[in-house]
Parts: sequence; C-alpha cells; structure tokens
Amino acid sequence: MKKIKIKINNQEIVCSQEQTIMQVAKENNIDIPGLCSHPDFPIKANCRICLVEIIGQTKLALSCHVKAEDGMDIKTDTERVKKARNLNIELIFAEHIEKCSNCIWRVNCQLLDLANKYKIKITRFKDRKSKRKIYKFANAIEIDGSQCIDCRNCLDACSLMQNINYLKLIGKGSDQEVAPVDDNKVDCIYCGQCAVHCPVGAAQEQVHWEDVEKALKDNTKIVIAQIDPSVCTSIGEEFSLSYKKNFLNQVITGLRQLDFTYVFNVNLGAEITIIIEAEELTKRLVKKEKSADAKLPMFSSCCPAWVKYVEFYRPEFLSNLTKAKSPHINNAGVIKTYWAEQLKIDPKKIIVVSIMPCTAKKFEISRPELKINNNFLVDYVLTTRELAWLFKKNHIEFGKLKDSSIDSLLKDYTGTTTIRNVSGGVIESVLRKVQNLLCADKKVNSCFSDLNFKDVSGLVGIKEANIKIADKILHVAMVNGIGNIGPILEKVADYDFIEVVACPDGCIGGGGQPNTGRGNPAPTII
Amino acid sequence: MDFLLKIKQANLVGRGGAGFPVAVKWEAVRNATGSCKYIICNAAEGEPGVTKDNYIIEKYAKRLIDGIKIAIDFLSSEKANNNSQVKAFIYINNEYYKNYYKKLLKLIGDLPIEIFIKPFGSGYIGGEESSLLNAIEGQRIEPRLRPPFPTTNGLWGCPTLINNVETFYNVSLVATDEYKNFRFYVIGGDCIHDGVYQLSADFTIQEILEKTNNIPNFPFFVQVGGNASGEVLNSGQLKKLVSGAGLITIFDLAKYENIKFIENLLEFFVKESCGKCTPCREGIFRFNEIIKSEKIDWQLFFDLLENLKETSFCGLGSAIVTPAKSFIKNVFSDRPII
Repeated sequence: MKKIKIKINNQEIVCSQEQTIMQVAKENNIDIPGLCSHPDFPIKANCRICLVEIIGQTKLALSCHVKAEDGMDIKTDTERVKKARNLNIELIFAEHIEKCSNCIWRVNCQLLDLANKYKIKITRFKDRKSKRKIYKFANAIEIDGSQCIDCRNCLDACSLMQNINYLKLIGKGSDQEVAPVDDNKVDCIYCGQCAVHCPVGAAQEQVHWEDVEKALKDNTKIVIAQIDPSVCTSIGEEFSLSYKKNFLNQVITGLRQLDFTYVFNVNLGAEITIIIEAEELTKRLVKKEKSADAKLPMFSSCCPAWVKYVEFYRPEFLSNLTKAKSPHINNAGVIKTYWAEQLKIDPKKIIVVSIMPCTAKKFEISRPELKINNNFLVDYVLTTRELAWLFKKNHIEFGKLKDSSIDSLLKDYTGTTTIRNVSGGVIESVLRKVQNLLCADKKVNSCFSDLNFKDVSGLVGIKEANIKIADKILHVAMVNGIGNIGPILEKVADYDFIEVVACPDGCIGGGGQPNTGRGNPAPTII
Repeated sequence: MDFLLKIKQANLVGRGGAGFPVAVKWEAVRNATGSCKYIICNAAEGEPGVTKDNYIIEKYAKRLIDGIKIAIDFLSSEKANNNSQVKAFIYINNEYYKNYYKKLLKLIGDLPIEIFIKPFGSGYIGGEESSLLNAIEGQRIEPRLRPPFPTTNGLWGCPTLINNVETFYNVSLVATDEYKNFRFYVIGGDCIHDGVYQLSADFTIQEILEKTNNIPNFPFFVQVGGNASGEVLNSGQLKKLVSGAGLITIFDLAKYENIKFIENLLEFFVKESCGKCTPCREGIFRFNEIIKSEKIDWQLFFDLLENLKETSFCGLGSAIVTPAKSFIKNVFSDRPII
C-alpha cells in the first residue's frame, strides 16, 4: 500500500492512500465527531457532522468519505467547520425528542455527548417529531420515531447485516420514517442488531429495568439474578474498562448492591441443555442408521432469534431444532422447582431476572410452552445495557466494586459448559457428551482432541469440522450471523449438527450488548 | 477524425443544467472498464418551468435518437476496449412518454435503446443523475455518494454515460457539422411571447428578451436557469449569459417583490427534499418554520442557507441557496439588514 503524507491540524502524518480522513484521524487520536458512520456498514454520509476543511478546496469535506491524498492540509476545528458542524448537530438534536430522564441510552448517548461537548443550543428549534409513532416488535424491540435521527443504521443492520429486511423507510423529506414493512412474509426475529447500532436509542429493547426495580423494592418477593457469562466480558465497555476482561465478580457485587437476594450463573442450566442436546443427537444418529427419516442435522436452539427465524421463515426445519430448552430457561426451571422446594419457598414469590447480552430472550421468556405449573420461569430479562444503566442510575461505581462470589444453586457442576459462549462452544460441549454416550469405553473422557473448525470455502460466517466419534464421522457446522444462513440451509444434508447464533460473532455481539459505535468485538473465549 | 476531438472542438457542454464539458464525460466512460456500459438520455426535465426537452422530442426526435446512436457506436468502437456490451436508456417523465412513445419506438427500431419511465412521485430528485440510476435499478430514489462517479460506477456498477436530451441533439448536429453553438431558451412567466427559442449560446439575457420581443413594459425581475434553482436578477442585471437549463422566467415586480416569492420557493423544496441528509431535510423544514413565524429570524435563515451550501449531500439540496440569496439581494422590497 502506498504511503502518503498529510497534515491534520498542522500535525504531519504518514498514512495509507486507501484510508479516509476519518480513519487516519482516529488512528492518530484526533477526534472527529460522527453519528451515521459505523464500521459494520458502508459509508452513508447522511448526518454531515464529520466535516473538515481541506485547505485549497472550496467546499467542506466529509471526512468519513473523502480519502486522504498526498499533501492534503486538513483542519478539523476552524470557525467554518465549527459553524456548519454545530448547526447540523443542532438540527439533528431537534429531531430527537429528549426522553433522557428514563432512557437507558442517556449514559451512552452519542448525540447527547456531542451536544455537551460542543455546547449546542438544544432549545432553539422546536422538537418536530413529538407525534411520531413507536413501533413495537412483539415484546422485545421497539423503534421510537420521535427519537430517530434518520441515520439509517437500523436499516443497514436489518438488511445488509442480518438480511431480514423487516425495516424500511417510508415517506420523503422531513416526513421520512423508519417503519416495519407491510409484508406478511417478513417478520422481525428480535435479534436487536438495530438497537445495538442505533446511536441515540430510537431502536432499543423494550425495557424491563423499571419492572425489576419495582420487584426489588417489593418485600414480599425474592428477586434472583442469573447471569449469562458474555455479559461479564462486555459490560466493562459501558464503564470505559477493558472489553476483554471478565468482570463476573464485580457484576455479582453490583447486583447485590441493587438488592438482588441471590445471584446465580446459568452454568447448571447450560449443562442441562448440553446433556439433553447430546442425548437427542445420539438418538437421532442411532435412528439414522436404522431408518432414513431421522431428522438430521440437528439444529441448536439456544438462540431465540434463530428459533423464531426457523418458525417463521423455514418451518420445514422445525423438527430439526433440538427440543432442549435454552440454558437460562433450564436454570430458572431448577430455581422455581427443585431449589424452591429445598429452601421451602413458594415459587410464586420468586422473581427470576436473567441478565443477558440479548434482546430476543425477552421474547423467549414469554413463550407459553415454557411454563411450568402455569408459571413463567424467567420473569424479566435485563440486557447488558439495562444492567449498566441500573448501576449508573444507582451511583454504583462499577470500576471500584470489590469481588464477591456467586451463590451456589447446586453444589457442583462439571464445568462442561463454560466454553459455551464462544460460538462453536455448544457444538464442542455437546460432542464431548455424545462421545461419552457413544464410546464403548466409558472411562475415556475424551477420545477427540480439540475440534478444528475451518472456514467453509466460499461461505462467510460459516465454519465446519469433521470429527470421529465411536467409528462415526460427524459433520458439524456453526453459523455466526443470521445473514449468513441462506447457503447452508441449501446443503443441510451434508451435516449432522449445526449451531446457529443469529448475531454476528455470537452472543458476544448480541443485540443487548453495549452500543459502542465501534463495531462488533472479536469473539473472546470466556 | 476521432469523434471525441470533434466534440472537444465544438466545445459542447452538457445542457442538463450543470454545463459540464461533454468530451470529458465521454472520454471517461470510454476509458473506464466494465463488461457492460450504459448510456442514459435524461429526459426527466424536472426543473420547474423548463420545457425545452419536450420541445426537442416533439420537433427533433430523429436527431435525439441519432445522438444516442452515435454514443452507442462511440462506446462500442474498438477504442472503447474489451468488447463491453453497450445499452442505452431514455429516462423519461410519464407525460412525455405518453405523448411521444410511439414516435420514439419507431425511431429506435432495432437499436439497443430502452425507454424507462421516471417512477411516479419521484419528483425533483428523480431527475438528478445519480438518483435516476437508483430509479432504474429499483432502489430508493436518492442521490448516491460520489466518488465513485457514474462514468466509472454507474448503472449496476458499470460505466455509465448520462447526458441530457439537448446534449444528444447537439451531438447529432456535431456529427453532421451543423452545430452552431446555439442553445434552446425557454421564456415564460409574465411575458407576451412565451415559448421555446433556439438562439446563440453567446447572447445575454437582455439580448434574448429583445430578440424575442419580450422586454416587459412594466417593472419586472427575472429568474434564470430554472424556477427552482435559478438565479434571480433585477432588470438592471441582464447583461449576463443564461445559466442552468436555459429558462428565463419574467416576474411582475409589483406582484412578487415580497415574501411570497420565498414562500413559493420553499413550498417546492419542502415537497421535494428527499430526506437523506441533515442540512436539506432539517434545514428546509426549519426555513419554512422561520418564514412562517411572526418575526422572521433572518440571521438564522442565512445561517441555514450557508449551511446547506456548505454541507448538502447533493446539488439539488443546495439548489435553493442561489434563488433565495439572489432574490433577497437583488429584488426583495423588504430586504433584511444582517
């Protein structure tokens, strides 16, 4: 790549010719604001905020789009830049109805940050969208037109990234709005990628934190938190801490400070899921040998957005889904039955709150088929964002929290499932168990070394592996991101087991994770 | 002689309004690589008041098709490299289509030219050259980010030559050595002899009004280039060439020297802003609010105009700046002091 020299604010910089001015600035810690550009999507250049002045050029330049050229002399903060940039921020702010007092984006709102940073007059124009509709998608996601700033990231997430195409733009000019399509063949799968890419919280989860707060204040209830591990590695981002570090012990302390009576992880539930999946897969494999109609491949069902996808878009594969419930549902099942019995607590007094990286889990918990004794097992789901909001709202200084340890639901669990949250983790855990069920010599704990997943050539976001277990060669695949699902559903006959997670990079990139504007983090092994 | 050289020597400029040198565009598309190359004749004629393309299709359709055929041959020639398929579209508004499609189809015959009707409701932006690419592709009708330019990445990503009806007409004249640096002028508004006139491109507004016997006998001002985007000049400022799409609209000063002119202008732009970028979508909404308020905040009005000029995504967004500013400066009776 050809190297060139440019100047930004008199600082000489050597950069590559292919880079935009914005990219070069970011690499060199020069701040240029922007609202509509997101590393996961192509440049749209709609918001007109990332303006810079290139000396010698007549018009201001959009740094997100214009590439650096040799000898460019760029200024990011001239009076001319300030005037145009600030006026555009002010215009955008006037589109956005401030619901800050109870908006979980408030603590992480890119627009509010810009308004504060540049001291924008936020009251000169009247809010023009106060009468806009709020579109609710089941009980999981909502798009609030009165907060929308027309950046269109949600559309890109739903279409370019997830290929669901549930959102569209209607109207023109100042009447334009994001709305669901009126096509009964298309439906939302509640993945929440629209929300995690929204800079201002117009697309967001239907929050449960208010209900949880109420429950926590209710002395007649026992409120229990169960934590998904991928929340703990991403929550640091909400507090400008490392996003790779596991903050489980601080999360537990924080939850106790919020008055949760018990704090559990979901490992036991995950283990149940794995065992049931493994038994089911074993049965299907054995059945396959005897008759041709065994439903293979088996699909994982931990991801509720994927389950909804199969139900709605590809019902012919419904019987391929494993019947195993997802980990937090199993975990809550144990809490509200066995555990409650042991402690002699009326299950009706128990409120189970799952802390999840996911928005689709909100939809999952309300599925009537998951009730036991006519009780919903999980009462509320808080996303990572909602949890961070509760910490901040209650002045809990997350970075300073001391360690504390998790409550024990059962004394022991095997640890089989702690690798679950990296995508492919379910497959590996299930296969180890299958191997255990199929191998003649039960004493051999593992007759295969680590699974060696390889990219499937020509397919994005899909990895596959072959593994020999008890004289059978099993073909397994994992799919990251529902947008990549199409090709593999055309060749399902090639596989025995497929794990699908609807969000890119799995649960780590989930729709309930912190909105950093930085793009999906690399998968982290927990 | 190389046809490109002929166009260069004739100094042909695009007649869609921007006045871009024709040879530069043609050369860029010729030099671009692609398995397919497209030619689009823009017959959307969306600038209010302009009717010259209508006139040309009515009177000189044969010349128009001939001009497109020359472009097809030019891009199909060996120099245009690697055996690209060449196909042309006539992108035409529905009214013109209804009036002329029989005639056009007959003239097109076996040529690889398809008539594409500008989508219903696509409005002003539907005639903008990158938006019309979206229209043909079936995308939301909005301008595209440039670069890349249509000359290298146009219709379905292929090199695309987009010229206006009058430009193809001129190309045909150049081919037969009949081009004389004339252009079509449309004269309308409060005048006696409105219509389309073909006169020298070197005439000033004053000369054109004189030659067509259109100098009003009452106090007046003009808008030149288009009723949406054109510059507003008072009767003492007519020693200039005609810009934009060749329109001269005469206004009775007594009737229009007031705020009504800006209100009309805004009514149009409020309806036509596509919604893509902040300064146009929001700015135009706020102009309208400011103008309709009891006490007009002119400082803010000018700030928003300047902002639109500086930061609008496309040329149509900033189109309101010229008429609004020039009207206030040259004509407005109640001119604000800023």
